[in-house]
This record gives sequence, structure tokens and C-alpha cells, in this order.
Amino acid sequence: MSAVASQDVFRGGFANPDFDAQMVFRQIMNALARPGTVCMIDAFTEPPAPLSPCTGAIAATLFDADTEIWLDPLLLERQEVVGWLTFQTAAPLAETGFDARFALVSSGDLLPPLERFAQGTQEYPDRSTTIILQLDSLEGGVPLVLAGPGIKDRHVIEPVGLPPRFVEQWAANNSHYPRGVDIILVADDGLIGLPRTTRIEPTDGQEA
Amino acid sequence: MKHQQDLATYNFAYLDEQTKRMIRRAILKAIAIPGYQVPFASREMPMPYGWGTGGVQVTASVLGPDDTLKVIDQGADDTTNAVSIRAFFQKVANVAVTTQTGKATIIQTRHRIPEEPLSENQVLVYQVPIPEPLRFLEPRETETRKMHALEEYGLMHVKLYEDIARNGHIATTYAYPVKVMGRYVMDPSPTPKFDNPKMHQCAALQLFGAGREKRIYAIPPYTQVVSLDFEDHPFEVQAFDEPCALCAASGVYLDEVVLDDRGGRMFVCSDTDFCEKRRESGHVGAMSGQSGETVQ
Repeated sequence: MSAVASQDVFRGGFANPDFDAQMVFRQIMNALARPGTVCMIDAFTEPPAPLSPCTGAIAATLFDADTEIWLDPLLLERQEVVGWLTFQTAAPLAETGFDARFALVSSGDLLPPLERFAQGTQEYPDRSTTIILQLDSLEGGVPLVLAGPGIKDRHVIEPVGLPPRFVEQWAANNSHYPRGVDIILVADDGLIGLPRTTRIEPTDGQEA
Repeated sequence: MKHQQDLATYNFAYLDEQTKRMIRRAILKAIAIPGYQVPFASREMPMPYGWGTGGVQVTASVLGPDDTLKVIDQGADDTTNAVSIRAFFQKVANVAVTTQTGKATIIQTRHRIPEEPLSENQVLVYQVPIPEPLRFLEPRETETRKMHALEEYGLMHVKLYEDIARNGHIATTYAYPVKVMGRYVMDPSPTPKFDNPKMHQCAALQLFGAGREKRIYAIPPYTQVVSLDFEDHPFEVQAFDEPCALCAASGVYLDEVVLDDRGGRMFVCSDTDFCEKRRESGHVGAMSGQSGETVQ
């Protein structure tokens, strides 16, 4: 990622907020409707590091004053990150992961256990956290075989930088459906949606 | 049509950006929990409830300048509801419109699924009057919510059973309940049950908007959608005795058209685009006026 030219919190939002947000939303929608498909973002923001332009675009598309957000400790200690998100989206900070509509996590090793976020209730499973997780790359990692709604048969993804034991955590997340968290994996200009309905299947010759 | 100059001075696609964000977030949750009705803060729209305000809000939140929109009302592109909603989006979003199913990227529908199979790059937006399939069995929202939470759908099977007890078969012909991904029982909106099988493993994303009832729900592509039934009374779709009177298509959903006050009638394709395409490619029905027989 090229260096962000300005760290000014007042700059770096969408150039055309309504059309840019629409384009980015369609990619997020496609990503969650077709889990595993890498959807490319074509409208960017320039947020302060370590937020990527793509993560910033997702934030500018989905966050507003109605959505409490949780930030990982690295993001939280960066004044310019908190300032940029607050100015650009007006999203308030959540006290804990349980209160968050969205969580921004700048790398896999900073992702807390998934059960530390809002899972929704059995009556209102939609009251859950959507985690936006920045990774090093969406290609070249250990293959994960995905199945579930939105996937015709099977879909293989190879994200780089998921936390250890993610597959076990994700199976636990599947197990209390309809409650659970949804994840958007972000790297470079692309994103992959992992809704709670997506299962990670054991790969050949290896039991999960 | 040159609407360029008099493009309405609204935000693109009428809704303000904060409303769109709220609806977009609801759509994402709906996709993540197929068949579950996500509450949303439905807005007043410049048309009455019952005219598709839910579908219009969903379409407005999804629609972009590069989209091509098709709107159908009972399968037809040229009936009042379809014409007015199509004109609305031409005015507030200056969006390209079409009547051809294959050319549309977003299809807003009132109570039909096009006959032509949908593709992966299409979104089907349903207008929904009553999203809660259990509502006529249990009027209290607190109770139906609990029933969904506990996956307690016995009442719906009792309703279908009572159909059989009274009529000898399941007499529900539209808004026929389905189970999505083996979990949520969902109202497919008042589509004829003929269309239920098209929802199963559909390549397109299906979004449902209920404006007055303030609910959005979804079926992702390639998702299991099963119509409820019994082993000894399996789900069946309507069958028609004769093909379309205009294009001779069989295996499609037909509308009855009354011709006079002496019992004259004809059955024609409900999907006008499908019917027109077939007639253009030379298919001739019994009453198409081209078959050689003249009306006396």
C-alpha cells in the first residue's frame, strides 16, 4: 500500500459519496451473497495507516452515527485513525465487542475470539457484529474449501494471515446458527465475504 | 426519452444516503441469515403502502447508474404498478430501463418470477405485502418471533393439513410457504406456487422488501428453498390444460383473460416479455390472430 499522502482526518473520504458508496456496497453485497468470490473495490478512500483504502471504503459505505464500532488495540491507539473514522462516518466507539455493530481489525493476529463479539439473539440474530478483517493477501495462503448458501458447489479461498485456529473458531460460529458473526476479509483492492452460513469444509486427507 | 434536463432534484434514487446505509446494512444481514426477516426503518415513499414501497426502497438502495432496471407486475411490464415504478426510477435515478428479462441487472417484481431463468449477475427484488408467513395463524409479533426463534413451525403444517382435510389436497395456491436452508419458514410473497421451484438454487440473488411491515429478507444464490408439504401429499405446481393462446407456450404460468359476457375467455402467458419473445421468433398460438382462422 502506498503511503497515505495526508494524515489529515478531514481528508481522504469518498470523492463522490453517493455513487462511490453505491459501488462499494454492491461489491460487499456480492461478496456476502457469493461467499469466497473475491470482489474488487473500485472506489477508494485515503484513511490513515494501518487502515487500507479498501477498508476505509467499506467504513465510509456502511458506518454512520447509528453503528457502534469496535477497533482493535492498534487502531484504537492511533489518534488519526479514530479521528478519521469519527469525522468521516460519525460512528461512535463501542465499549466492548458485544456492543459493536461493526469491528475493524487491522490484522489476523489482533482478532479476538469470535465469541467476544455480539452474536445476536435467537429472536434477533441480526443484532450481531460484522467483523472487517484486514489481511496480507487473499491469495497464496492455505486453501480453505467453502460451502453453503451462495456457493454453487464448493469454492476454494487462500487468504494469507488468518489467525491460528480460525477454522475451529469458525466451526463454532457455524454451530449456533442463526446467531453468529459475519466476516468481511479485506486485502489490497479486494474483499471476500464470510457470512455465518458459510462452512469451511475439511480438505482432502485431513480431518478438521 | 429525454429526461436529462428535468431530472428531479432529489438525491440519486430518491432516498437520502443515511437511509440507504440503514437499508444496505439490513440487506447484508438478510443475506447472512437467509429467510430471516430483518426489521428496518421503512420510510414514507411518494406512493401509498401496497404499491411496492418495500421493493422500491430495496431497489433504490441497491441501484446504481450503470444498472438496467426491469419492473413487472404479475409478470407484465405494462400494467399500472410496473409502469409507475419504472417511471419513478427513470425520474429519480435516470436509470436505463428495459422490458427484456435477459438485459436487466435488477428486476423488481410484484408477485411473479420471470419464466426465463435468471443469471448470476441479476438481482430480483420482490414487493412483499405481509412478510410473516405465520401472521394469519398467530397475530402477535412477539409470538411469531418466538416461533421463528425456536423453529416451531408445527402450526404451519396444521394449516396445510386442514387444507387437505377440507379439500382433499393442499389448496394454498399463492404465498405458499417455503423453508429456506432448512431453517426459516418464509413467505415467498404472493407469487403463485408455480414459481416456488424457481427460487430453489436460483443463480440470482433474491431480495424481499415489505414497506408497511418494515421487513427485509433475502435468499442468496444457490440456496435450498423447499416448499412445505407432506410425504403423502407432495408439493405440486399448477398445471394448465392448454398452452398460451398467443404463443403456444406450455409449462408456463397463464393468466385467464375474459373476452366477453358469454363465457368467452383465453389463457395467455402472465410473463409478457416471455410471450412477446416467443411470438417474435415465430411461435403462434390458437388465438394469436395469425393462425389463419378469422374471427366471425
